[in-house]
Amino acid sequence: MSQAASIHGAVEPAESPLTPESWGKLGMWIFLAGDAVGFGTLLAGYGAMRATSADWPSPYDVLGINLTALMTFLLICSSVTMVKALEWLGKGDKIRAQNFLFYTALGGAIFVSLQAYEWTHLIHRGLHINGNPWGASLFGTSFFLVTGFHGLHVTGGVIYLLSILRVVAKRPQPAASYNAVEIAGLYWHFVDLVWIMVFTFMYLL
Amino acid sequence: MATTEHKHPNYMAIFWYLAILTVVEIAVIYMPLAKFTIGVLLCALALGKATLVAMYFMHLKFETRTLGMVAVTPLVIATLLIFVLLPDGFAVMKKTVGVKASTTEPAKH
Repeated sequence: MSQAASIHGAVEPAESPLTPESWGKLGMWIFLAGDAVGFGTLLAGYGAMRATSADWPSPYDVLGINLTALMTFLLICSSVTMVKALEWLGKGDKIRAQNFLFYTALGGAIFVSLQAYEWTHLIHRGLHINGNPWGASLFGTSFFLVTGFHGLHVTGGVIYLLSILRVVAKRPQPAASYNAVEIAGLYWHFVDLVWIMVFTFMYLL
Repeated sequence: MATTEHKHPNYMAIFWYLAILTVVEIAVIYMPLAKFTIGVLLCALALGKATLVAMYFMHLKFETRTLGMVAVTPLVIATLLIFVLLPDGFAVMKKTVGVKASTTEPAKH
């Protein structure tokens, strides 16, 4: 208990100006802003390459959207289970919070599996990182780079969520892990937000 | 202290908004509209969905204004970057279009 008290609040030198609840939350927001610049750069680069290419294939025809629409829906669902986990933790129900955290991680794991299936399928049809039968070779390069970068974020997120699940299980007081779960949630929703952008710009447009 | 809990919005309502907007996005690409119009609609819908996630799931609506500005900055940078990259892209295009037209066969559809 004394250890938990020293982690939360007591040793913090001053109140974080932007996020009065914790410095950790501000830290995560700043990390996410940096990460967003990374994704923003990739998507902007994609947009500029595509706009100035004479033979860019139609992503909709090459990639298909049925599976990815399902993946989008899955990620939105996992965002909902994440907020539900936080909500139950706030109400003091540790078991329900742990269950919802597990569902969130499971959703992420299924998402990555579906992406692996999609990649395998596309590679068999000839979409490679250095060329493809439909047109500009940069189409394949940018597709694998952007979706791969996002897939890595989901994979990292699943590991992150599972370790937070352990933190929740270990701390006797539900309130003691509220902050950690909220910060993990920020990361997870960010990954969902990025996928909304990737789905729109790389599959639908 | 550590856990000042802000109130939770109606998450299920946000979920339904997101689900409906996703269906609308997919419907838009089948609509008999100009390509440009479809593009603008899709961008607007994506931004709408992203805003919903950030405001309610990430609780940005309940945070300080300055944190919101931190969150919006990358979007502004990325948008500007597109215009920074375009001149280079067009320069490459000018060089390659002529070459490609003479060396490659017309695409088979």
